Amino acid sequence: MAKVKLSEFAMARSGDKGDGSNVGIFVTNEADYEFLKRELTVERVRKHFEKICFGEITRFEAPNILALNFLLRDSLGGGGSESLKTDAQGKTHGLGLLEMEVDR
Amino acid sequence: MRDKINIGYGQGFWGDSILGPVRLVNEGPLDYLALDYLAEVTMSIMQKLKGRNPEAGYATDFVQMLDRTLPAIHEKGIKVIANAGGVNADGCLKAVLDLARKKGIKGLKVGVIEGDDILSRIPELANGGHAMANMDDGRPLSEIQDKLLSANAYIGAFSVAECLAAGAQIVIAGRVTDPALVGGPMIHEFGWSPEDYDKLAASTVAGHIAECGAQCTGGNYTNWRDVKDFVRIGYPVIEGQSDGTFVVTKHEGTGGMVTRNTVVSQLLYEMGDPNRYLGPDCAADFTSAKVEEIGTDRVRVSGVKGAAPTDTYKVSLSYQNGYKAVGQLTVAGPDAIEKAKLCADIVWGRLAFDGCEFTDDEKMVEFVGAGVTHAGILETTEPPEVVMRLGVKSDNKAKVNRFGSEVVPLVTSGPPGVTGFAGGRPKATDIVGYWPALLDKSQVQTRVRVEES
Repeated sequence: MAKVKLSEFAMARSGDKGDGSNVGIFVTNEADYEFLKRELTVERVRKHFEKICFGEITRFEAPNILALNFLLRDSLGGGGSESLKTDAQGKTHGLGLLEMEVDR
Repeated sequence: MRDKINIGYGQGFWGDSILGPVRLVNEGPLDYLALDYLAEVTMSIMQKLKGRNPEAGYATDFVQMLDRTLPAIHEKGIKVIANAGGVNADGCLKAVLDLARKKGIKGLKVGVIEGDDILSRIPELANGGHAMANMDDGRPLSEIQDKLLSANAYIGAFSVAECLAAGAQIVIAGRVTDPALVGGPMIHEFGWSPEDYDKLAASTVAGHIAECGAQCTGGNYTNWRDVKDFVRIGYPVIEGQSDGTFVVTKHEGTGGMVTRNTVVSQLLYEMGDPNRYLGPDCAADFTSAKVEEIGTDRVRVSGVKGAAPTDTYKVSLSYQNGYKAVGQLTVAGPDAIEKAKLCADIVWGRLAFDGCEFTDDEKMVEFVGAGVTHAGILETTEPPEVVMRLGVKSDNKAKVNRFGSEVVPLVTSGPPGVTGFAGGRPKATDIVGYWPALLDKSQVQTRVRVEES
């Protein structure tokens, strides 16, 4: 087993959903998808974004495109025009998730 | 009736590059050109502009784009669908007809879709038992009703198809959904009915993939080093078929790329529950879509399943929710972060000394360069410099402006190495609150009208 970053085998895209963001992450083969589903629990994602997301996190599966979608509530400092943050739309949260290190 | 059409998507948001639509029109075959000019807060900005000038309140970018493309669009017979109408579709119609006359184009048919703007009807609707409580947190509309700036229902694709059927070559809508700009032409050309849920869902998926322009052709793509020629990036073209199957592609010879991975990336953008993506015309199941590469820059999407929509429209209301200001200064090292933290404390301290205090919820401090976008994930302790961003929000405009006057003085009265104040004093700007709600479909009647140059 070695420590690898998710960015070595996965891709992501994120954007805003109200006062929160969505982070979609996907891979290109079934084995990687099974690994992703097993490792990328809501608890793990919550810990990873503990300084960014302050609300509930929900996980959805889209097996047809080998993807997981996470909804992060309260992750934008208000969202839309209310937020004062640089990344008021969560556009960088996907790259943030890909920085996670996992044992493979 | 045709069984195949090409729809280019040339504008992903208000502020996108004019090169998208110009090159879609000039560099390859196209039956339709779809353009999205609206974001959630755009309507409130347009209401304000219209308040000052009754002829304003639509996306002037659209008219500027047509100034460069209308002769080619007219000559090639390309049909244009845009939500550029904002809160004044009629004003936009007049501007487009004026432009056509100026260019000597006769017989251009321009249509508008109206009825999405419900701002003036809110009191009547609220008194009539339509609660329009906040969809996200359940708060009652009465909390913000006296501060409303705009109110629009998200209209579906059938109104776009109706306007095309009325003969319009250019369709100007207000708040239709982004995917409806793609679904409308498909309904019109393929004769789909309101019960063709699978096909409507397929058009929703197609519209979702295309609605951010180059974000499905290599823009904002994780493996960006694989993307060739960002400068000449091609905007998406959807080749739609009457059975709902479609191919995502781009004009030959343009930059960027269309692959399984660029398309899947965009499928995930702003996604909620992928099993049930709710729109005005259907509920689309994104987990049913089969995505496969069938050639260079060609990705086919098939098998999409849909279900009946609900009997409510999503409505988007915006309201005045106080004021904000953000200011920034660059703090050079050594000890950039330590000095930037001191700078922030000095600003809050001097404001408090002068009787101007903000709560923690009203204040924002960022040290850009030290780990802001990836807080807690990727941080650094000794950058050569950082950008200190300070912001406040409050219902008290004078207080927000008082903050704005206390940032720049740091250059001469704080630690050394503070620079980059070229922007001057930050000033208070409006915070536009966003209020999503639901409204019975029976309360919204759309109508279309076509005029000729």
